[in-house]
Amino acid sequence: MAKNTNKIEEEVRLKKRSNFGEVWHRLKKNKLSMVCLGFLAVMICAIVFSTWITPYDYTAQDLMSRFQLPSKAHWFGTDDYGRDLLTRLLVGGRYTLLIAILSVALGIVFGMIIGALCGFFGKWVDSTLMRIMDVIMSIPGMMLAICISVALGSGVFNTALALAVGTIPMIARQLRSSTMLINGQEYIEAAKSFGESNFRIIMTHVIPNTLAPIIVQTSLYIGGSIMGIAGLSFLGLGVQPPTPEWGNILNNGLDFIYDFSTRWNVIVFPALVIVLAELAFNLLGDGLRDAMDPRMRK
Amino acid sequence: MSEKNLIEVQNLCKYYKTPKGALHAVENANFSIREGTTLGVVGESGCGKSTLGRTVMNLHESTSGKIFFDGEDVTHPNKAQKKTIHKNIQMIFQDPSSSLDPRKCVSDLIAEPMKVMKITRGKKETEKRVAELMDTVGLARRYAFAYPHELDGGRRQRIGIARALSVSPKFIVCDEPVSALDVSIQAQILNLLQDLQEQHGLTYMFITHNLSVVKHISHDILVMYLGCEVEKCESEELFLRPLHPYTKGLLSAIPIPSIHVDRKRIVMSGEVTSPINPKPGCRFAARCPYATEKCTQELPQVEEVLPNHFCACHHVRELNNL
Repeated sequence: MAKNTNKIEEEVRLKKRSNFGEVWHRLKKNKLSMVCLGFLAVMICAIVFSTWITPYDYTAQDLMSRFQLPSKAHWFGTDDYGRDLLTRLLVGGRYTLLIAILSVALGIVFGMIIGALCGFFGKWVDSTLMRIMDVIMSIPGMMLAICISVALGSGVFNTALALAVGTIPMIARQLRSSTMLINGQEYIEAAKSFGESNFRIIMTHVIPNTLAPIIVQTSLYIGGSIMGIAGLSFLGLGVQPPTPEWGNILNNGLDFIYDFSTRWNVIVFPALVIVLAELAFNLLGDGLRDAMDPRMRK
Repeated sequence: MSEKNLIEVQNLCKYYKTPKGALHAVENANFSIREGTTLGVVGESGCGKSTLGRTVMNLHESTSGKIFFDGEDVTHPNKAQKKTIHKNIQMIFQDPSSSLDPRKCVSDLIAEPMKVMKITRGKKETEKRVAELMDTVGLARRYAFAYPHELDGGRRQRIGIARALSVSPKFIVCDEPVSALDVSIQAQILNLLQDLQEQHGLTYMFITHNLSVVKHISHDILVMYLGCEVEKCESEELFLRPLHPYTKGLLSAIPIPSIHVDRKRIVMSGEVTSPINPKPGCRFAARCPYATEKCTQELPQVEEVLPNHFCACHHVRELNNL
């Protein structure tokens, strides 16, 4: 008998994990997500430690070795000014990923706060905030981003903010409707019945239960954001040359597409990096959504 | 069982504003519940039973009237009173699958009220208390880290009960706690509730549309129709001697599990009248076979027809030969 109880207690202790541990445990089972996570980790490490990987300076021009195809000296070849493409992609990744993640994070945080407030309190809070969101939504996202970055000037944070403003209403709208749905559930009423504050209800019940669609959206927005940065850079508003950035490297390469057979590297590599990064974010987001929902546990 | 009234409700009204006018969900409710007893609230769906329960425990604010808890007026509670209410009045919900947050595991769900009200100090104490509660409601400890969707309805409802009990309340509003469960589990949960009442001296307000259930568990019964009290008396008395035509109809609708019993069914005709801006007069008049002119013009008052047996009907005396 005594042995038996011990066994049960052991089982219980084994099963106990923190919230983060629980998500991680479930994510580990999803192979595709783990591959994506590994890829992103390698990429981010490479970006952070780029100076140790390539000996070149990302602005150093070497006009004698323009348009070289991949070789031992230049793994990804060189561009029209003879700059090492790998170095430029790695350094460009710093700006691109930083801005993309920052802008999506800003959009998500503000969008979630506004959406949760609207859905939870309704009435005048909802009408006021939602009308403001409608105004923002009525302006095309790219135009809004252009206006804001013109007003604020270029720079990492300003570009991120410019791109974030456009995503806020979309996230707010989505979160508002899912909050309203959850608000009708009895567990919110139960939480009220034991005196939980509204803030606590929103943080511990509403947001965790609305997170699934938001996470998927996030991974999509990161892709959109990478494109947005490229667009702004092209217009001379985002990251200014010679500072590299994935979008403007690709844009630059696009000028030489007429000679694809001998200069394919200036298009293929930046495009590949963007596509792979975006794909990895999307698949990881998918896996994360499943891992965060205990009902999906097998 | 003591003679002290734990809950007392006086002239309680709850109206909702709708675009079409005021919806009279609860009209002039008057009742009291003695400590350690169960008041069953019966009525068809949409008659305001749940609203009454929620208003009593201050989840919805009352439109008018007074609520007393343990002799104290808690109709419009201040901060300290709110705390007392949350600590002493808890609720068991109808559908255990929607009243439990699907993203929390069993032990977190049970511990939530304790954490919010800061009843236990530290993680260890909370864990110990959760384990005790799980024993009390008959949940195996191995489910402590399971999620509600992994358990069956009966176990989920046990979580709901453990959660309500976690703050050691005196009064529990049970809002149809068994109607979402199948019959065999219904009996288990009802017995559990009764055992808990005996052990902890709990007071229940038991809201249900199931008359067999209410007979099993209640000391007193309150019958409601469209927000109004219709009849109120002790449980046995109601089943023995229903006075109001609506109660009679309700009781005759209880199925008897035997094919040899041949009995007269009172079948109600007509539609439930709208609770939005109701016409003056008895709410039941449109469906009552005995309705007269007076019934459509004047709302009958609740009066003590027999000792401790209250009824709201103009013709109760003629109909029952009293």
